[in-house]
Amino acid sequence: MSFPDRIERTVDVAHPPEKVWAALTTAEGLSSWFGQKVTIDLRVGGAATMSWTDGPTVEMRVERLEEPTVFGYTWQIPGLPKDDPRRTYVEFTLERAGSGTRLTVVETGFAQLPTEMVRPNYDDHTSGWASELGELVSYLDAG
Amino acid sequence: MPADVEGIAEQVFSALADPTRRAVLAALAAGGPATATDLADRLPITRQAIAKHLTLLANAGLVTAEPGERRRVRFRLQAGPMQVAQQFLAAMSRDWDRSLGALTEHLDRSIGGQDE
Repeated sequence: MSFPDRIERTVDVAHPPEKVWAALTTAEGLSSWFGQKVTIDLRVGGAATMSWTDGPTVEMRVERLEEPTVFGYTWQIPGLPKDDPRRTYVEFTLERAGSGTRLTVVETGFAQLPTEMVRPNYDDHTSGWASELGELVSYLDAG
Repeated sequence: MPADVEGIAEQVFSALADPTRRAVLAALAAGGPATATDLADRLPITRQAIAKHLTLLANAGLVTAEPGERRRVRFRLQAGPMQVAQQFLAAMSRDWDRSLGALTEHLDRSIGGQDE
């Protein structure tokens, strides 16, 4: 299967896990390298947002928090509508490596298939729109 | 994941590889269901060429044919298959290399001196 479900990267940084942790989990840290405006409620289940001046605001949810070794969150899939419920899961793992940190990021969930792509569901959706527009026209005609 | 996902992706990307088909799909996405004649009025493409591409797109399941006015066939975009391609593109567009590069730079720049 050539559809990637999982993205994984590892980088070695010359700073201890505590410093890296702060860069990953605080609004100040995240806004220095990731988003331009960041809010984060740092607890499991807490909400976070990241926005860019010429881009969308991305909504995130904190899923795992094991300071200073594991930080996981879910966020929206690029390109899908804002109200789409599907999310990918991102997990940062920090391992002490000498005086620095080996940082691994794994993002999974890209292969989630849109359930509405199944044709019958999809037809429901489009015919639903058509009938709603039809109802609007009837309503306007009646008035 | 259903086994036919690769097949759907192949059809979507083949459809999108042709500029005329991209124009036809874009017109259906922007303006809703249309007949070949409607599309020929809007696009700098002959009605015959549009009809040929619409038949191909219908066979691939990317548009569906339905009865239109004056006994003309009207074509409607099927967005479902496009979402399969979108899933693929989503993974391609997540730029962790750039983000991690920015993180490393941030750490080196702002707090590097305090660590050593």
